[in-house]
Amino acid sequence: MPTGALEQKPRSFETTTAVRAPVQDPFRKKMSLFFQREHVLGYTLIAPAFVLLGVLVAWPFCMALYFSVTDSWVGQPGAYIGLRNYWNLLHDAIFIQTLQNSFVFTFSAVLLKTVLGMALALLLFRTVRFKKWVRGAVLLPWVIPTALSTLGWWWMFDSLYSVFNWTLIHLGLVQVGPNWLGTPYLAKIAVITVNVWRGLPFFAITMLAGLVSIPRELYEAAKTDGAGAWARFWYITVPMLKPVLAIIILFSTIFTFSDFNIVYVLTRGGPINSTHLFATLANQIGLQSGKIGEGAAVSLFMFPILVLVVYFQLRFVRKE
Amino acid sequence: MKTRTRNFLGQLLTLYIPLVPFILFSLFPFYFMVITSFKADGELYNLKANPFIIQLSPTHPDYSGGPTLEHYQLLLRDTPFLTWLFNSVLVSVLATAISIVIAILAAYSLARLRFRGAPSFGTAVFITYLVPTTLLFLPLAQVVNRLGLADSVWALIVTYPTFLVPFCTWLLLGYFRTIPQEIEECAMVDGCTRFQALIRIVLPVAIPGIACAVLFAFTISWNEFIYALTFISSTAQKTTTVGVTAELIRGDIFYWGSLMAGAVLGSIPIVLVYVVFMDYYVSGLTQGAIK
Repeated sequence: MPTGALEQKPRSFETTTAVRAPVQDPFRKKMSLFFQREHVLGYTLIAPAFVLLGVLVAWPFCMALYFSVTDSWVGQPGAYIGLRNYWNLLHDAIFIQTLQNSFVFTFSAVLLKTVLGMALALLLFRTVRFKKWVRGAVLLPWVIPTALSTLGWWWMFDSLYSVFNWTLIHLGLVQVGPNWLGTPYLAKIAVITVNVWRGLPFFAITMLAGLVSIPRELYEAAKTDGAGAWARFWYITVPMLKPVLAIIILFSTIFTFSDFNIVYVLTRGGPINSTHLFATLANQIGLQSGKIGEGAAVSLFMFPILVLVVYFQLRFVRKE
Repeated sequence: MKTRTRNFLGQLLTLYIPLVPFILFSLFPFYFMVITSFKADGELYNLKANPFIIQLSPTHPDYSGGPTLEHYQLLLRDTPFLTWLFNSVLVSVLATAISIVIAILAAYSLARLRFRGAPSFGTAVFITYLVPTTLLFLPLAQVVNRLGLADSVWALIVTYPTFLVPFCTWLLLGYFRTIPQEIEECAMVDGCTRFQALIRIVLPVAIPGIACAVLFAFTISWNEFIYALTFISSTAQKTTTVGVTAELIRGDIFYWGSLMAGAVLGSIPIVLVYVVFMDYYVSGLTQGAIK
């Protein structure tokens, strides 16, 4: 551990270097000495990051807390109304629907990404020919701007010209194609599909890295003991991948739960609010309707849920 | 010879054939975007025409002139697409540069220097790394207003570091820790100050890690959507992602061809970067675990 190495570092370095540093001017020498003291230099180097995160993360967070307990509109501060925004939201059918959507969306998307990502990672692991090309192709959806690639999906799900419907009709499976983005449950499937498409590369490539790091001897030993392919997968691969898997799932859960781009471009939360997530609802209430207090409350509802996710996942990782 | 054939067949059946649906799933949307962007309206809005191809044979009933550049022309002539592209480049380059400098300093400080509060700041950085942008965009819009940056690309240049700095710091922190301390200590014994040691010794060694952080920061900035959408309203200040999604739909009229053309052109810069530096992306993903 590097921290251990830090502890053993001789304390006399700063003075040694200062003596040898070619500084003539006594004031500059003093300043130079001052900045070479470890904690002074430490604070100096970290100051820009500290100021940035303080002004543009911590302060907005406090503002969000403040907005959420007022009836503010965009541009005009409102009066303190306690927890009424939160209370009203819990009795609002659209918000409850959003809450439900978010859980269904996150759970299905993360589950699909995990299962498909594992399958893809196992395939990539064995790929020898065209390895670079295959990996490059697989990673592409993750690199392209989501908002732009979702436009492509939007066109593929178009009510009239959908390429899926054309295919279904020409295969003789249906007479009239479904209206993908106009039917609540189909719109949900569409949104989940795009999210899985976009997130799968991340899962597959990170799991691939996990697979590479598993010692081959384990598999060979299991083979000599007569373990079949399925047993090797279940008793070696899965347990060895658990720590990596926990981290990937943690990240993916957070960023799927708080997703905005896909839903905003594909459905704007519709039809009849069946695909709204916290972020899109917060945008609709807070900016489009201008009720920034209520919008902030919607956003902040994500916070305790995410904190719980992080807490349990990190506890799981530590145990492993 | 026989075993080799059997081996090849086995590989084909258990590896390359199962890979096909994954690769199709991955690439088809791009293929479809590209083909749509070159398709003439007559064929694009013909329900009978095969959507997968552009009809090239003039005798075919669905033929309407073959591939066309009209959607690209409309995009470049009737919309300020090049301005959006320029804004995207400006924002991504500046936000990345600012963030990398701040992150290098912070990561070095956290990786090497002992001072009170360092561990808790490290934790704070990790936590902000996990805070999604969608949690704070409403109040951040107000902060941006108050800083007098509303409705300009500067709002984005200033706010993008809020998610880039935690991310880059985290990535670089891991990287700096893999660099042996001895090389800096040697330099300091030879008369370097610590800061000089950072600039002259540590940074050159850390170039692969920094390159990785730069690439990811640039990609994340280029792809950013919610801040660009909510902080900016004038057309001339928009970035590509928002410009294309917002300005090519007028009322009920969808310019599908040009929408796809915009999506293709807006993706090309990042695809080029990706193709050149693919190995860094893969190694970054496996080291850092990224949004």
